[in-house]
Amino acid sequence: MSRFFVLSLTGLTQGAIYAAMALALVMIWRATKVINFAQAAMAMFTTYLALFAIDHGAPYWVGFLVALLSGLLLGAIIERVLVRPVESAPPLNVVILTLGLLLFLEALAPMAFGGQIRSFPPAFSIVGLHLGNSQVAFSPFDAFTLGAVLAVMVLLLVLFQKTNLGLRMRASAFNPEVSGLLGIRVGRMLTLGWALASLVGALAGVLIAPSLLLYPTFMDDVLVFGFTGAVIGGLDSAVGAVVGGLLMGFALSYVGGYFGSDLETVGALVILIAVLMVRPRGLFSLQRLRQV
Amino acid sequence: MKSVMGGNALRIRGIAIICVAGLLAACGSSTSSNDSGTNTASAPGITATTITIGSTQPLTGRAAPGYSEISASSNAYFQYVNAHGGIFGRQITYTYYDDTYNPTMTASLTRKLILEDKVFALFSALGTPTHLAVVDYINSQKVPDLFVSSGCNCWNDVSNHPYTFGWQPDYTIEGKILGQYINQNLGGKKVGYFYQNDEFGLDGVKGLDAQLGASSVPDASRQNYVPTNTNVGPQIAALQASGAQVVVSFSIPAFTALALLGAAKVGYHPIWVVSNVGSDVTTLTGLLKSFSKGAAGVQLLGGMVTDAYLPLTGDTSNKWISLFKGIHDTYVSTLPWDGNVLYGMAQAYTLVQAIKAAGRNPTRASFVKALESTKLSGGPGLAPFGFSSSSHLGYLGVQVATIAADGTQSTAGPVYTSSDSGPISQYSGSASSPPANGIP
Amino acid sequence: MVAVRSRADRLVASTLRRHLLIALGAAVVLLLLSAQIGAYDDYNLTAVAIFAVAAAGLTLLTGLNGQLSLGHGALMAIGAYTTSLLLKDHRQLPVIVVLLISVVSAGVIGIAFGYAAARLRGPYLAGATLTLAVALPQVATRYKSIFGGESGLTVPPSAPPDWLGADFPPERWLAWIAVAAAVVTMLLLANLLRSAPGRAFKAVRDNEAAAALAGIDVARTQVLAFVISAACAGLAGALFAYWSGITSPAGFSLSLSLQLITAIVIGGLGSLAGAVWGSIVLVFVPLLTSGLASSVHLPSAVADNLPLAIYGGILVIAMLVAPHGIQGALRRILAIGRARREHTPGGGQKGVVDWDDPAPGT
Repeated sequence: MSRFFVLSLTGLTQGAIYAAMALALVMIWRATKVINFAQAAMAMFTTYLALFAIDHGAPYWVGFLVALLSGLLLGAIIERVLVRPVESAPPLNVVILTLGLLLFLEALAPMAFGGQIRSFPPAFSIVGLHLGNSQVAFSPFDAFTLGAVLAVMVLLLVLFQKTNLGLRMRASAFNPEVSGLLGIRVGRMLTLGWALASLVGALAGVLIAPSLLLYPTFMDDVLVFGFTGAVIGGLDSAVGAVVGGLLMGFALSYVGGYFGSDLETVGALVILIAVLMVRPRGLFSLQRLRQV
Repeated sequence: MKSVMGGNALRIRGIAIICVAGLLAACGSSTSSNDSGTNTASAPGITATTITIGSTQPLTGRAAPGYSEISASSNAYFQYVNAHGGIFGRQITYTYYDDTYNPTMTASLTRKLILEDKVFALFSALGTPTHLAVVDYINSQKVPDLFVSSGCNCWNDVSNHPYTFGWQPDYTIEGKILGQYINQNLGGKKVGYFYQNDEFGLDGVKGLDAQLGASSVPDASRQNYVPTNTNVGPQIAALQASGAQVVVSFSIPAFTALALLGAAKVGYHPIWVVSNVGSDVTTLTGLLKSFSKGAAGVQLLGGMVTDAYLPLTGDTSNKWISLFKGIHDTYVSTLPWDGNVLYGMAQAYTLVQAIKAAGRNPTRASFVKALESTKLSGGPGLAPFGFSSSSHLGYLGVQVATIAADGTQSTAGPVYTSSDSGPISQYSGSASSPPANGIP
Repeated sequence: MVAVRSRADRLVASTLRRHLLIALGAAVVLLLLSAQIGAYDDYNLTAVAIFAVAAAGLTLLTGLNGQLSLGHGALMAIGAYTTSLLLKDHRQLPVIVVLLISVVSAGVIGIAFGYAAARLRGPYLAGATLTLAVALPQVATRYKSIFGGESGLTVPPSAPPDWLGADFPPERWLAWIAVAAAVVTMLLLANLLRSAPGRAFKAVRDNEAAAALAGIDVARTQVLAFVISAACAGLAGALFAYWSGITSPAGFSLSLSLQLITAIVIGGLGSLAGAVWGSIVLVFVPLLTSGLASSVHLPSAVADNLPLAIYGGILVIAMLVAPHGIQGALRRILAIGRARREHTPGGGQKGVVDWDDPAPGT
């Protein structure tokens, strides 16, 4: 029973990170119909930037802000400079472009910051909280991780559902032509979509870096499981992304704990296939006819 | 300061190239009689003025952090040797490629080194799964395959792989000596294992079981990890639940750090016994120092037991350390001074020893023969090499060391040597010191 | 494709003969070439042929049938492990038998995957196949006693037959096998694409509803495409095992699958020639830059990563400047040339426009 408890707590924190990554992918998918493989490297790079600031004497929270703001900027630049020109090209081209960008950034980071594994400071202690006489596998930093991811989700929800800006962004993603006719600056909205998604990715980076350690490919697995989570949830649904990400976190933790850590990815595959065979467009999608 | 040094290094390199021409003639007279004569292109990869060796290394990707320092450090030592006239007047050219720790790429790049670059020998090729992919091919091409950067006992197979030589103590020997230490010093405590799920971890466990008795460590206390999965929480929880008071870890440094942090999280504080690979203090200190908030920083290293076959990187009074640290500061100052850098330089030193021992104009076969018949000194190593016509084991043993809460390491007890199946014996030889100019 | 099709209209009666002639010509040229070049170039020629087989299969699936697979490396792994397991117990088995069994085993497993895949569209299929690529190697790691764990299974080289002489380089022998396999694969695929199933593949890609109305069994067509594609991957995997001499999980990581998809896009999505161009890029670009790593003139962290940075940069730039890949760029050049000669501006442009059709499901 206590084993189950430990695995559940681990799964919850990991799942929050996968959820954040899934959310970043879903936001970009909804805005521009692109699977952004570079998201892993973008989040890695912004985490390095945060560490760079911290190494040079900045307090943790300044580093934290550096990550988020550079994420915002990086997302905007990439959309505007690299993705916009290939918008009209065959969709697979953007996939290859983001893959190229992933490799490029993963090579650039060690050039700029050195090739060693680095540790990234947590905002709060990583030592588990005391519950009566025992120490549980849940630390103040884990609580912060959960809280931060949750807060970002709520903020995004409010932005998209309650504000005029959010409405315009949704409209631009849903139907660019009509939105343009209505006077919405569609290009700007798409850039903003990428920027916000990249910010969420950057958040995932700084939150997971303390427990994964920081190196150029450290976000690759988070991307894979985040993507799997997004697919399980349904790529068009932000709520789905969060649920899918959390589901991945729990599932991987249980599979790893009960069957061995080498079977985690197999567990992910089984769950994904099981979900998709029942709901081919994810748990939270509207089962509508495929657009051709 | 750094840039000045860089400038000097370049200048030294420039001067060296000019000097070599002059030294070519001078060297002939200074060496022993059977080495006298002129340089010839005696084998592929050897010309009158150069000897080219090659390697495959993980320079990018998952295994790159840390390990990518090794080849650059070896190269730094070769630069140093070249700047001092080379060996037999020959400059060492070191060509290494990035195989990303992918055996398929190792296979392809090794063929590039042998067939296209025509290197004289392979040197320091890194990794067990990667090098296993090419060891048959290299031997079928009769290319010397020197000092594989892996402690798998698979490199000591003289009949099937006569051209392949190990270098670092194999993991089974290391496991046995650590097991003996536990029996002698931590007897009666419950022991658990945390190991990487491949030859590295499994060979180590083999050695441990040989000493501790396989039945004394129940399955619940044997937890492994795969390097692609950084969540070690479940394994640590299992070890804690099994009540293990001593945890022996055959892990790479990142996973040692992750295990320590995972244990700190749940308030689990066993005595950690960590194999050499995973216990580099510089690396671990770097990985843990960010966690000082909330009693989980560098102090986690306190009380750790490990082992060493090279002098400790922090032991500045050691002549080998000051030699290699000096070369590090001149040629590769951008790298941290850590165990990987020491490893690369020490390995390069062994290679230069071997080139020297093979004489002025070796062939590939005569080189291997010389390495088997010459009793190479261990150089910086604490234990002797096992090279002979019937064994291609590298360093034969290790010395146990402990780490204090401030990260300082000190050796504990004598150097022990062993083989995979033989008994453990105490090594009576004494430590050597480097030649005055740092070149064998 | 239209450019080719318009020519094909005239040649339709002799399509098979034309393909046979091209294949024969290619085989002869490559055979002669392989005898002229050194062992190392033969080795690389083999690699190009292997990737071309896999990429051609993927072209059929993704480029022509519109099913995006990011996990073809896993299907190659099935072929490679089949080969390695066969050779583990039967070292003397002839190459052709080993290759055929590997093709069949990958094809059979492809049926199962194909049925699952036919239910999925676009990014959902991409996600499922990507997870497959990540998960399958772990099975090999887990079941060590069968698959050899992390170290994998070694594959004995295929020795050249005696009649070629004792000194015949094994690299050239393997190059012959791989080139022969690639030529046969291309020939079969090219003919298939000109036949009814081939037209059905494209019809389903372009518009599923219309294809169904026209009497095409959409799901069956998709499964068929998947099976053929898996069989190609199995053949490539088997050759890959001979080529590298080792079958291990790390050799079939996600990056292999992503390299294959990169190859078909860089080469020119949807054409078999594009698959070949992409394979050439895949093999030679990394080799050309690999030497930078041991440069002593750069700080090691820069030198180590420069080849990867260049590779990544090339992918980005290629997508910006040559959205239709190498084959698309060549066609454009040819079209301009032809237009000048025939004074019909834009003579081949239609073919280019055809490429702009969005792949389905995205």
